[in-house]
Amino acid sequence: MQNQDTNTPAAPRSRKQSRTHAIDVSAMGRPQQNLRLEDEVISLKVENLRLHYGEKEALHGIDMLIPQKRVTAFIGPSGCGKSTLLRCFNRMNDLVDGCRIEGKILLEGQDIYERRVEVADLRRRVGMVFQKPNPFPKTIYENVAYGLRIQGINKKRVLDETVEWSLRSAALWDEVKDRLNDSALGLSGGQQQRLVIARTVAVKPEVLLLDEPASALDPLSTLKIEELIHQLKDEYTIIIVTHNMQQAARVSDYTAFMYMGDLIEFGNTNDLFTNPEKKQTEDYITGRYG
Amino acid sequence: MRVPVKTWFKNGDPWIWFNAGAVALSMIMVFGLLALIAVRGLSHFWAHDVMQAELVHANGQRSLILGEVVEQEEVPTIQLQEAGYQIESDEEFLTRNLMKVGNRDVSGADFRWLVDSSLENRQWPKAVIVLERREWGNFYGFISAVTEQGKTVAEGDAAWPELQTRLQRAEQLFSQIHQIEKNDIGSINARMERLRLKERKLELENRNTPEALAEVQAERAALDAEYLSYQEQLRDLYAAASRDTLIAKTVDGKQVEIALSKIVRAYQPNAMGIVAKIRFYLAKLYEFVSDEPREANTEGGIFPAIFGTVLMVIVMSIMVTPFGVVAAVYLREYAHQGTMTRIIRIAVNNLAGVPSIVYGVFGLGFFIYFLGSGIDKAFFPEALPSPTMGTGGLLWASITLAILTLPVVIVATEEGLARIPRSMREGSLALGATKAETLWRVVLPMASPAMMTGVILAIARAAGEVAPLMLVGVVKLAPSLPLDGNYPYLHLDQKFMHLGFHIYDVGFQSPNVEAARPLVYATSLLLVIVIALLNLTAVAIRNRLREKFKALEV
Repeated sequence: MQNQDTNTPAAPRSRKQSRTHAIDVSAMGRPQQNLRLEDEVISLKVENLRLHYGEKEALHGIDMLIPQKRVTAFIGPSGCGKSTLLRCFNRMNDLVDGCRIEGKILLEGQDIYERRVEVADLRRRVGMVFQKPNPFPKTIYENVAYGLRIQGINKKRVLDETVEWSLRSAALWDEVKDRLNDSALGLSGGQQQRLVIARTVAVKPEVLLLDEPASALDPLSTLKIEELIHQLKDEYTIIIVTHNMQQAARVSDYTAFMYMGDLIEFGNTNDLFTNPEKKQTEDYITGRYG
Repeated sequence: MRVPVKTWFKNGDPWIWFNAGAVALSMIMVFGLLALIAVRGLSHFWAHDVMQAELVHANGQRSLILGEVVEQEEVPTIQLQEAGYQIESDEEFLTRNLMKVGNRDVSGADFRWLVDSSLENRQWPKAVIVLERREWGNFYGFISAVTEQGKTVAEGDAAWPELQTRLQRAEQLFSQIHQIEKNDIGSINARMERLRLKERKLELENRNTPEALAEVQAERAALDAEYLSYQEQLRDLYAAASRDTLIAKTVDGKQVEIALSKIVRAYQPNAMGIVAKIRFYLAKLYEFVSDEPREANTEGGIFPAIFGTVLMVIVMSIMVTPFGVVAAVYLREYAHQGTMTRIIRIAVNNLAGVPSIVYGVFGLGFFIYFLGSGIDKAFFPEALPSPTMGTGGLLWASITLAILTLPVVIVATEEGLARIPRSMREGSLALGATKAETLWRVVLPMASPAMMTGVILAIARAAGEVAPLMLVGVVKLAPSLPLDGNYPYLHLDQKFMHLGFHIYDVGFQSPNVEAARPLVYATSLLLVIVIALLNLTAVAIRNRLREKFKALEV
């Protein structure tokens, strides 16, 4: 595994993919330990989750374990339910009319769909970054401080510290430290997305949900986001939905392949990409459909 | 290159021409309207030359006439003959002049229609003076002398400069008198009235102990003393003001005495150069927008009407904005989107189409007769039977117009809310904000330009509305502004003047139609300008908000 370490992370994109595997995971530019789900601390546990949009069932009984402080990627063709599943983790689907959920999702052993769970508290613990950067039309500073102000924290010193720390965590501090009071809308797309990540990190969540965070960005910004995910996984449990299999392979420790509302295969990213158990998975990652 | 007609139609060019033509026509109409009222209204303030002519009567007699030619028109000869003029003319049409001859106190009417051909020997003598008076309209004539206490101090050529200096003194005295009468004595009257109400209240609540009454008496005595001292001052001022008199001659030789205190301004239009005339014009224009009306609104300025209009619109905006926004937020964000909501929305939209006079009737019936008199009974029993809130006033007029414009604000705000990208709400919710926090901190600020759009439309509608106002608080002449130095400073219960109603009143209720007509145009122009300024202010605010909250373009 160490033999290709000298490659930069950007390099794999230019390489020809091997015939047997869609992705040459040995060239990922970072050591892949042979992680096993059995050894992990479990952060989120999904039990027989079914989700209906009106009459239509979109998720047909999902069971899975999300390990703590690891990056888990959801891949699959469009409409397979990966974003829907992601949005279940912080109950974003509550906003959709006619959406009904059966089954359980346990966060640290606590069912998040239980009646007495405060949705706002849950969302503070499970932060989310969306596909398109969505900074508020406020200053950079106020964007990052937003979550804290919501919690009633208005002390200047605390805010200043948290803003700096969050922007540093999102690798944005050096670029914006001189213009914290400028509008966030003046930033580039990639900077905006990192700002949104900083904003999410500022409320110190346990889990970070990333819904195709780089799909609207150019390659260089994508690279930065990927590096950032890499750094953030020391602190947070990260779940990322992506269309880009190389990206999934590059950034994630575990990968789940979903198809038509079912979880087809879930396991160590290395194993899934090099040695998929299911035919469907292999077909997808080798580009035969989807 | 010739293009076949079919191709020409196909490529859409005719439509572009058609649309451009429609736009051009609209622009011509708008600018034509503005030009008409501007020309008609603004020319009124110019110092027109005064013409002296010999009027030849049918029987051959001649008499002198002096005045401004205000208007000329072509009239069929036959019409004049049937109206009783003895005219022998072969021409089918004759020119007729409307002359402002003034001197209403001497000759009875200050406008005369005179057939052009009967005027002979026209001249424009330099010595003609025009006096604008506080009563009886303009005086046209010639100056003979200025007297002080009946003794002549200047005559002939020396009289005019003497008049100028003495007029300045009279003007100063007048403003002092005005200051005392309006402000000082006005304030005493306001305090007296409050004292009377206090006494009455004590009486009603059975707290009229001798001590309390004595206190009231003492205050009243103090006010009375103050009042007397002002009376004294006034008497002196009036005596001083009536010192000087002007002796003038009309064109047909009658002698007239005019007290200088009754003269607003004197000028010699035929002797004025163009610069002097422009200065005079600007002074008149300034008087028009800054002074109070005189002579049943046909002279002087219209400041109270401008003030009333603007204040009413501001109070209206303050009332309609929160109500409209709250209603829109509920309809769009919280209400279940079902049949009921749809019905409510249709009802709200239809409210915008209800004739405005209906709102006036509603305001009169509900606000004034029901709410107002209820408030009077509960809070102002001491003033009864004269109503405090139970009569038309600024507050009720503003609220009535607020209801009238509510649908506009609701619809505009709803559309603004609908345009906020979903991603903004989700971004806020994902950070642990509740729906209310998201609304308050992200959605509403971003929708504020749309709210301002609603307010702009509301202002445009409310400022021009007249019909409902006649029922709920507008008057022809208000004795004081609704905002002044007397406690409680903003008098929401007071009746007020309004430009729109002023136009109606001056144009159609005036005893002196000819004198009032130019003022109708001038006031219309001013109303358009006031509305435009109010709108521009709101647009400027909206553009700033847009700049501040411009969201990601989708």
